[in-house]
Amino acid sequence: MTQVQNPPKVDVPTRYVGRSIDRVDGVVKTTGQAEFTAEVPYPDITHAAMVHSTIARGRITAIDTAAASAVRGVIAVITHETAPPMKPPVPVNMVNMETLASGSTVNYLNTDEVFWNGQPVAVVVADTPYAAHEAAALVRVTYDELPSTLDFHAEVPNSVPQPSSMIMPVGADKGDAEAALAAAAVSVDLRFSTPMHHHNAIEPHATTASWDGDRLTVHDAAQAITWLQKHLAHKFSVPVEGIRVIAPFVGGGFGGKGMIWPGTILTVMAARVTGRPVRMVLTREAVYRTVGARTPSVQRVALGADADGHLTSLIHTSVTQTGNVGGMPEPVTSQSRYVYAADNILLKQDVVRLDQVSNTPMRAPGEAIGTYALEVAVDELAAKLGVDPIELRLRNEPKTDPLHGKKFSQRRLTEAYARGAEQFGWADRTPEPGSMRDGKWLVGMGVATAFFPQLQLGANVVVRLSVDGTVVVRSGFQEMGMGGATAQAQITADALGVPYESVRVEYGDTTMPIAPMAGGSTQTASVAASLLTACEKLKKSLLGLAKKSGSSPLTGRKLEDLTARDGGLFAGGVGETYAEILARAGRPSIDATVGSDTKLGQLAGNLRFMSKFMLDQRRWVKASSGAQFCEVRVDSETGEVRVSRWLGVFDVGTVVNAKMARSQLRGGIVMGIGMALSEETLVDPRTGRIMNPSLSEYHLPVHADIPRIDVEYLDDPDPTMPLGLRGIGEVGITGVAGAIANAVHHATGRRVRDLPITLDKLL
Amino acid sequence: MRVNGVDEKFDLPPQVSLLDALRGTLGLTGTKKGCDQGACGACTVLVDGRRINSCLALAVQYDDRDITTVEGLADDEGPHPLQSAFVRNDGLQCGYCTSGQLCSAVGMLAEHKAGVPSAVTEHLCATDVELSEAEIRERMSGNLCRCGAYNGIVASIQEVATR
Ligand code: FES
Ligand code: FES
Repeated sequence: MTQVQNPPKVDVPTRYVGRSIDRVDGVVKTTGQAEFTAEVPYPDITHAAMVHSTIARGRITAIDTAAASAVRGVIAVITHETAPPMKPPVPVNMVNMETLASGSTVNYLNTDEVFWNGQPVAVVVADTPYAAHEAAALVRVTYDELPSTLDFHAEVPNSVPQPSSMIMPVGADKGDAEAALAAAAVSVDLRFSTPMHHHNAIEPHATTASWDGDRLTVHDAAQAITWLQKHLAHKFSVPVEGIRVIAPFVGGGFGGKGMIWPGTILTVMAARVTGRPVRMVLTREAVYRTVGARTPSVQRVALGADADGHLTSLIHTSVTQTGNVGGMPEPVTSQSRYVYAADNILLKQDVVRLDQVSNTPMRAPGEAIGTYALEVAVDELAAKLGVDPIELRLRNEPKTDPLHGKKFSQRRLTEAYARGAEQFGWADRTPEPGSMRDGKWLVGMGVATAFFPQLQLGANVVVRLSVDGTVVVRSGFQEMGMGGATAQAQITADALGVPYESVRVEYGDTTMPIAPMAGGSTQTASVAASLLTACEKLKKSLLGLAKKSGSSPLTGRKLEDLTARDGGLFAGGVGETYAEILARAGRPSIDATVGSDTKLGQLAGNLRFMSKFMLDQRRWVKASSGAQFCEVRVDSETGEVRVSRWLGVFDVGTVVNAKMARSQLRGGIVMGIGMALSEETLVDPRTGRIMNPSLSEYHLPVHADIPRIDVEYLDDPDPTMPLGLRGIGEVGITGVAGAIANAVHHATGRRVRDLPITLDKLL
Repeated sequence: MRVNGVDEKFDLPPQVSLLDALRGTLGLTGTKKGCDQGACGACTVLVDGRRINSCLALAVQYDDRDITTVEGLADDEGPHPLQSAFVRNDGLQCGYCTSGQLCSAVGMLAEHKAGVPSAVTEHLCATDVELSEAEIRERMSGNLCRCGAYNGIVASIQEVATR
């Protein structure tokens, strides 16, 4: 094993970082003042609605718009026969992440072909939403149907290996895992399935588009405004500089608003055709019909161990679906590369392609469903071995990356389990299934490991400090409730030594420096890295400015010897405030920039970033992890499962804002509880049509389904990350369904290997 | 109708929902539309102090009634205690369900005060039901939050209820 040097410790300032500060937009959101995409006032706004195909695959032979056009208030009915030509999406190219932007490869309304049931085939523009929807319902479409492939489970035997990619490893093979499994003293070999899941952000997708010549303003409920800006420039053949995308508030995304879906493109097109500003707010059903979802999966997890419980074999394989017209395969076995020290490992990911809307990432794509299968299998092995499930995990805790011997940048899972076990009262658990009864309730306790790899992307920022002492940070990141603006303000305040109240963070607008999308748990760390650099630059410039004057008490001082505090730079009691420096120099403000506005500069920045990223990837495994503890109560008469207690102990590096971090981790756990117990999108295998496209038939967890959720974190900076912080948006959902399935087994003795765990499966 | 204490007079086609009248006609966009089907509670407003899903209500039926939306929860003294409690307890993330949660909570507290039982109330005739966590969670279950801010919402309501 190669010995890698320990990275240096990072110093984390703690005046504001770490504190539970109220989120900056709390007041506007609780008073109804926050303006979401569908709410931006436009005096002469029109409204659009889509017509969806009712077949899965075929060609449109006729489209009758007469009745629709006759509806009072209708301005235009646009079909593939009348829509202006648009460029098809650029093919996906893994070196250029922006090519991932398009939800599918279909050139909507520029083709008579239908590729999925629900694909938009026409769009109606009217002066009220009511007229638009009424008219949309009157468009008559005739099709010539083509054969289609629709049934995921029936296609599993025909799956093909997932193509490998630079950023997402698809498989691994260490030793001979099958032989080791066959020879193992104790083993399990299990099959799992998980259904399709929908993001179901409570704000439906919405777009408001307005053209002025070749200039375009788009308000869009988007997680990736830069992707959208560039995609629209390409699609409508107009200069990218003329397009402004604005999304200061996004009512939840969870991955569903990351790619660009037809509603957005057709709104922009409709605005071009009608010469009017157009707004389209998707109905809940339209979200299901036109926006991708989390793929269903079938998985195999096989584990072999010696009599002491040391893993000799770990096999994890998966089959997921993508659309014939796009979608990214999910890295279902991702966590299995890193979580257990098995002697032999075999990981494989296969896909089937269906004539359905492309799948798309949803919170922890891959790991959310992958940890479910892996962690249930570990629990089953523990039961077979007669070893406590936490103890089995600790016995197989790897010292280095099990596949390649790389060092973990930080890994404190053992501590997370120890702390969790103590706090949750794990010692009270009697191992025998069904042994903890409380009246009619069967009580069970379960654990599972949470795991999510860390990525970091390049981000551009501008920081402006003004003579009145205020600081404005501008960076085009997006905020959907994670608390990004609050966190970055805390970081800025500490870096510059200014009061938190004097910092304002602006985001969610493509006129700002380009920042990464809100996704992959990357945003806070990525923006923070650039922000810290910008703050250093700013202090350097201010010091330079001070020295120029000749009369500054900072003359002759080096930045390293100065402390940023009280709104200025000081050494001991000597120094001066930024405001004094600027005032003396006669400057109203001073800027520091990280990133470039020119294409060439951006390219160079990207390359620099990628090479550092690749080097980092070769040296470290960076990931957030955690121990999920849950208690369930199962009604012995009805099989109803109630989650009664939850504790998650997480190893996520530095926590910038304790209150918001807990909220976000809890949010992941809540979504995981839904995934475990109630969420399931049902697709009719004959027609490829989603059968429950509504919030009444797709069951999200409600208040009454959620117990008190305790969230702890080990708050120890990751030495390889800016400020020591890692992402927390996704790790919360991982392991949740596994912990619940394990607790249900402990309560009832029943293993449920097909999500969701509904009561019919327990009776 | 009276909206947040202001008399409003307007003509609308009969099919327009109260939600669309508030958001579209009056420009009171604080009330949100999550499903337009009565399934999410984002559109909750108070009608004469009682909570309803405004997407399932036709505006014309509310002629002469007293409507309160999130914009009208605050009074001259400042924000409604629940509004401040939500911020303090982080009872929100994206904020899209928040207006509905707030109006629903105000209506729910009034129902509880009036002695209305819920599905988890043990004695249906009891006049003084303790507003336990379970009672709050049950009574608030018509308001979905996909961000999962439920615990902060419950803490906020408890804080205000016990004051
Ligand atoms: S919008 Fe009225 S309940 Fe969802
Ligand atoms: S705060 Fe986002 S849905 Fe509740």
